[in-house]
Amino acid sequence: MAAAEDDVVPPVPPEAGRAPPRPELHPGMPGLLNEAEREALAAAREDGLADIGHLPEFGFGETASPERIAAWDIDIGPDGEGLPPGSGSVERGETLYRLQCVQCHGARGEGSQFEALAGRVPGDRFPFAEDRRYRITVGSYWPYATTLFDYIRRAMPQAAPGSLPPDDVYALTAFILQLNGILGPGDSLDAESLPRIRMPARDRFVRDDRRGGPEVR
Amino acid sequence: MAKNRDSGGLPSRRELLAGVVGTAAVGAGAVAGAQQGESPKPRPRAPEDPTKMQGLVPRPLGERSAFETPRRLVRVLEPSSSSRTPLQYLQGIVTPADLHFERHHGGIPNIDPERYELLIHGMVERPQTFSLADLKRFPAESKLRFLECSGNGGTAFQNQGRYPRMSPQEMDGLTSSSEWTGVPLKLLFREVGARPEATWFLAEGMDAAVMTRSVPMEKAWDDAIIAYAQNGEPLRPEQGYPVRLFLPGWEGNASVKWLRRLELSDRPFMTREETSKYTDPLPGGKARMFSFGMDAKSLITFPTFPERLGGPGWWEIRGIAWTGRGRITRVEISTDGGRNWEDAELQDPVLPKCHVRFRRLWNWDGREATLMSRATDETGYVQPTRDALLAARGSYTRYHYNQIRSWRVESDGQVFFAG
Repeated sequence: MAAAEDDVVPPVPPEAGRAPPRPELHPGMPGLLNEAEREALAAAREDGLADIGHLPEFGFGETASPERIAAWDIDIGPDGEGLPPGSGSVERGETLYRLQCVQCHGARGEGSQFEALAGRVPGDRFPFAEDRRYRITVGSYWPYATTLFDYIRRAMPQAAPGSLPPDDVYALTAFILQLNGILGPGDSLDAESLPRIRMPARDRFVRDDRRGGPEVR
Repeated sequence: MAKNRDSGGLPSRRELLAGVVGTAAVGAGAVAGAQQGESPKPRPRAPEDPTKMQGLVPRPLGERSAFETPRRLVRVLEPSSSSRTPLQYLQGIVTPADLHFERHHGGIPNIDPERYELLIHGMVERPQTFSLADLKRFPAESKLRFLECSGNGGTAFQNQGRYPRMSPQEMDGLTSSSEWTGVPLKLLFREVGARPEATWFLAEGMDAAVMTRSVPMEKAWDDAIIAYAQNGEPLRPEQGYPVRLFLPGWEGNASVKWLRRLELSDRPFMTREETSKYTDPLPGGKARMFSFGMDAKSLITFPTFPERLGGPGWWEIRGIAWTGRGRITRVEISTDGGRNWEDAELQDPVLPKCHVRFRRLWNWDGREATLMSRATDETGYVQPTRDALLAARGSYTRYHYNQIRSWRVESDGQVFFAG
């Protein structure tokens, strides 16, 4: 399984794929820890290590070389970390989309056998808890454009997952963003421009505030 | 037809109807259902007097009585991505491994355990790979814990009162409990020298979706398990064979199956599953992200649709309750639509983050009645009414549907889901 993947996605040396300089993460991004959360994590770490403090260090397993890591390390961060070299245009993306994606997602990303990709809510409102007329799409709901690249590269197209080279993934990402009115027809994407795209729904997401206790949230 | 394919595995009503209402239920009047696409088999035969002939000899692999044919409920109208546990068929708290629900995003991969490796890298002192033999050599731990898909119950929540002919399996069959065995993740993280500044780790599967979720490091230092066994035997392929992540009490999707890689970082990775999928829209134009914990929930499993009670008299109301936040401390039963509540008996063992079995005897007078159950957990959280959940989350929120369920017993004994 891993070998097959290695054949189609050449390993990228760990440093080569980094887009310089990495954009800052936006401060409201869920999952960035505040001071209190950092302290809680440090305490949890201490407790966890204390739980296993009576056990020796075992030394089982093998050291993983940088090449070994690179063969599997395909994830893209919301700041663009991990994006490979290459680029792709909306125009090329449209050609690829017609060949690879139309059958499941419809000619203009309206959805067919599988989910819709394109569509915005008027005024970029976010009414999904209370109004079922609007569809959850890349343009109406996805907070980060990098996620699109990451997912297409790892899992699409359905008949040959993980088979698309980086240029094709950039092109398809660009075309789907254009279908959502986020890029123009003449645009292209690469490791520098992709993480700078601000998605319409980026600031809609909040951390989980449920903590148990009597309140229903 | 497939628009909802990824909404936590929630099939549409038409898809469900094309399947089957459930499996043979307990007690009298059980409906023996033909299952998805299988033609009904003639009833097995048994000798008039089994004491007058020698029985079967021992066999290398056991199987169920020919009279017992429980089945998971699989959607039939498209390539399916989930199957549901026949909750109304089960007793006790352990789900047989072959009846444990499934949910996957790229099918079930076929993985050779001898070539299996788990890679741990990122913010660690020593990036490493571990073979299956390496993992099994570490000190092991076993825990009985539930696993529930956070989309469980969505069809019932979003279609209030429209589908009375819904069994517990159809409604809530995306929850199961098992004994999970594996290595505490904190032990592996200590081995590789996890750096204190790591706040999240990425878990990645070896399926066709190469599915990924970001998990807070706090869970690793607490009770996360790298599991390779379930109910005493190696994991079933559909449960992540040979190795899965298991995060007790958290939504099932985060317990990544067919686990191949863990990458430690100081930020979440914002994967497709945790952004476009497993997030909960809230009133006021927001959506909750990283909503891992499963709130307290209970479900009556008998009497329920498609059961028909054989007549007035004593019946035992039975069900399961669970919470991702520790132990269930109380389950109450109402037989009058929520006006009066009485405590059910909790069956030992009452384990944290595990299905708990509850029971209460009921002397049915033969008149129409509405049965409900309500769980409370050790944090003081009480399973909410549907109205309370609607007020907090909105009518069309996705995931985490733990509202009180009710069942209407009609005067002829027939039981229907009542919202």
